[in-house]
Amino acid sequence: MTQQFYVSPEQLMKDRADFARKGIARGRSVVVISCADGIALVAENPSPSLHKIGEIYDKIAFAAVGKYNEFESLRQAGVRYADVRGYSYDREDVTARGLASVYAQSLGAVFTAEQKPFEVELAVAEVGSTQAEDHLYRLTFDGSIADEHSFVVMGGQAEKVSSAIGAGWQASLGFADAVRLALKGLTPATEGEQPAASLPPSALEVAVLDRLSESSRGTRRAFRRLNDADITALLA
Amino acid sequence: MQESTANQVAANATSSFTEHLQRDRPGLLPFSRSLQGGASVAAPVQVPHATTIVAMSYGGGVLMAGDRRATMGNVIASRHIEKVFPADHFSVLGIAGTAGIAIDLTRLFQVELEHYEKIEGTQLSLEGKANRLGAMIRGNLPMALQGLAVVPLFAGFDTSAGVGRLFSYDVTGGRYEEHEHHTVGSGSVFARGALKKLWRPNLTAAQALSVAVESLYDAADDDSATGGPDTVRQLWPVVYTVDRTGARRVPEAELAAASRSVIEARTIAGREA
Repeated sequence: MTQQFYVSPEQLMKDRADFARKGIARGRSVVVISCADGIALVAENPSPSLHKIGEIYDKIAFAAVGKYNEFESLRQAGVRYADVRGYSYDREDVTARGLASVYAQSLGAVFTAEQKPFEVELAVAEVGSTQAEDHLYRLTFDGSIADEHSFVVMGGQAEKVSSAIGAGWQASLGFADAVRLALKGLTPATEGEQPAASLPPSALEVAVLDRLSESSRGTRRAFRRLNDADITALLA
Repeated sequence: MQESTANQVAANATSSFTEHLQRDRPGLLPFSRSLQGGASVAAPVQVPHATTIVAMSYGGGVLMAGDRRATMGNVIASRHIEKVFPADHFSVLGIAGTAGIAIDLTRLFQVELEHYEKIEGTQLSLEGKANRLGAMIRGNLPMALQGLAVVPLFAGFDTSAGVGRLFSYDVTGGRYEEHEHHTVGSGSVFARGALKKLWRPNLTAAQALSVAVESLYDAADDDSATGGPDTVRQLWPVVYTVDRTGARRVPEAELAAASRSVIEARTIAGREA
């Protein structure tokens, strides 16, 4: 019979957290920026069908980094939660805060109770009628939740990207400028004089939450995914 | 062991909101419970009933129109009720029958389509939408047998074939594709008679609108449960068109003009029947 070694709870949690952090840092970054036109979500993602960014509800979007199967199941659970809530109460009773707290609880439960923690980091974004009413929540693998302002950067070289975007962020940015800023952050810096090659639209996944979707597009669903042609036109 | 886990995951993977509710929250379904005790077929409960819906194809799309009346026996339960709804970007549905259940079914159907779109990242095909609606109507069959039937009419633009299409249903969920035009509800017989004389192939959207308004006028003329255009309260039928660009609600001003021109033409004609 093998002897079970004693592992202190501190060590156990640290090991799990290190494991999850390593998994998340392997991927590429996702950027969520609140700006004057709404909220822009930009990811470096060469696949046109395996999305890292998704629509949850009328004003709410989801962005994730890490393992696809894990965040995809969380995204689907979020869509179900939001649709059940909106169907049983009313559409305006679905909020990013409620969704984020459900995500925080499930991530926390998985982190402590399951064999291995989820190797994911999520952002839940809700666009308001004014920029002050925008909500950005960042959720980490252990169920921690943070209420962010202006922008969120997750995954990959998050700190580098974050400092690049923090330097250029202003409340008055439009979608075009916000996506350009995100691209500037995502493009790896090169040594010396050579300017960094910018990412082509086919390597990007871009979606926006329109602040005024009712008046501009006649729909309460603010989420809009931009295809390659849209991205090229936006950045032109 | 591994195979059973895979089966479990596959069985739990659903893109249908209705299936999700059936599994997790059956109490929220409009047709989850059957009436207990008192209510029998002989004495159906008195609830508001929605009446006439007309739909037709025109050159480039489909149009659906509904009057604004709900009745409860001999009483007018509502003059303002709306019975034609957008289901999603490319389809609309109209409902006749028990208003309470029909409106809940409509809400469920709207969420069903949006839910599929969000989970799968693509729109359901028009046939798929029509089949889902049929399954929901079949789910309501126990209630229908107790006198609380709902009969919808479904119209949409088939983006892959590039044509507008119409589907009618019976209370058992049977789905039938209709060509040219169709009507449901208590005034449907009279509206259909009018449509047979007024409808022509390749109408423009504006012509189709005036044909729809006139057929509803004829239905209201002979069926007490169908409401005609109300010039005093400024109430006009609810009309949606669906074409290549999507569903669009016809604005009040256009409806008022179409209704007034029908009334004017009838006044000038001055005919008795």
